[in-house]
Amino acid sequence: MNQASDLPLWAALLIAIFLLIGAGLTLIGSFGLYRLRSFYDRIHAPTLGTSWGTAGIVIASIVYFSVVESRLILHHLLIGAFVTVTTPVTLILLSRAALYRDRAENGPDIPLLEPPNNPSEVSSTEKESADSHNNTHTIEK
Amino acid sequence: MSRLFPYPLLVVSLVITWLMLAGFSLNQFLLGLITALIAALGLAALSPVKPRFRRWDLLPKLFAIVFYDIVRSNIAVAGIILHGGKRIGKSSFMAIPLDLRDPTGLAILAVIITSTPGTAWIDYNSTRSILILHIFDLVDKTAWLNLIKNRYEYLLREIFE
Amino acid sequence: MSATILFWAATIAQIALAIAMVLASVRMIRGPRAQDRVLGLDALYSNSMLLLLVFSIRTGNPLYFEISLIIGTLGFVATVALAKFIMRGEVIE
Repeated sequence: MNQASDLPLWAALLIAIFLLIGAGLTLIGSFGLYRLRSFYDRIHAPTLGTSWGTAGIVIASIVYFSVVESRLILHHLLIGAFVTVTTPVTLILLSRAALYRDRAENGPDIPLLEPPNNPSEVSSTEKESADSHNNTHTIEK
Repeated sequence: MSRLFPYPLLVVSLVITWLMLAGFSLNQFLLGLITALIAALGLAALSPVKPRFRRWDLLPKLFAIVFYDIVRSNIAVAGIILHGGKRIGKSSFMAIPLDLRDPTGLAILAVIITSTPGTAWIDYNSTRSILILHIFDLVDKTAWLNLIKNRYEYLLREIFE
Repeated sequence: MSATILFWAATIAQIALAIAMVLASVRMIRGPRAQDRVLGLDALYSNSMLLLLVFSIRTGNPLYFEISLIIGTLGFVATVALAKFIMRGEVIE
């Protein structure tokens, strides 16, 4: 907290508000991860931390370092962009893995899309190649 | 032009990333530019489908809509978790037939749906183009169908197709 | 005044993120299934990334930004690898 004493009051308040929003939402998300009953419910919980949890803390960092060094510092936006691009990839892969396992075990309430004459192995490899395409595109943008 | 400079969007965003990380100076710009050009050539060797933007002007509208929805659903999901998982509807799967075919558009739709709390992209069947979603608080199926089809997919089709 | 506000906000945020990390690791340890553990690990990674960002605000040291970027990258790669493993490693092909 070396440079913090000469921070203007409005900046300190702004940073504090965004820090508390971000950390609070991340805590709520992790609490949901701990509390909710089924896996497919739990997969919604961490997105609180990766959407506005990350955004709040990133905005707080941008305001803090921009005010302290008195120039616009934006490289924290990279963390936000990175998290936004990578979270869908991990969550989609994870939920697809869970779906695959549940289908293999004939779990209850699992939607079965493939008709019996369409082997699921074929379509799943197709989907993977389509997914890797999607991935490169997201990064390219 | 297209052989030497195959992916202009990739090159520009890589150079901007490089400058943000290393600091804004001419030397770093040249170094970043060389790296980005080599990376673009490397990507060209993989030859993915190139994204085509037909309507650039609709992108800010899409961002504004998504921003608003993410704020709203953050509050909604946080409220449900804080009330001990009690909700009006129930969590369930939902199948949505999609008309969007463009891979870039589908990738952006995946990012939107996954980063909005309350909806999760579970599976997509590319041969039959059916998307399986998991909805955290499902009350009315037609309302969600309407949201995905008219709010996101319509705009994405306007932009990419 | 502003130093006090910032100090308490950063302290509360750090405590909240630390509790969040504990909850995510409880989910990682208790399971019950492999995908729950991987989800817990992913949340643990992203929480620790955010904790380091708060740490960099608290100390005023921009070096923590790079550490958190590395943690984010490693967490992404780890989760993708583990998701591939639970998809292909157990079910008979």
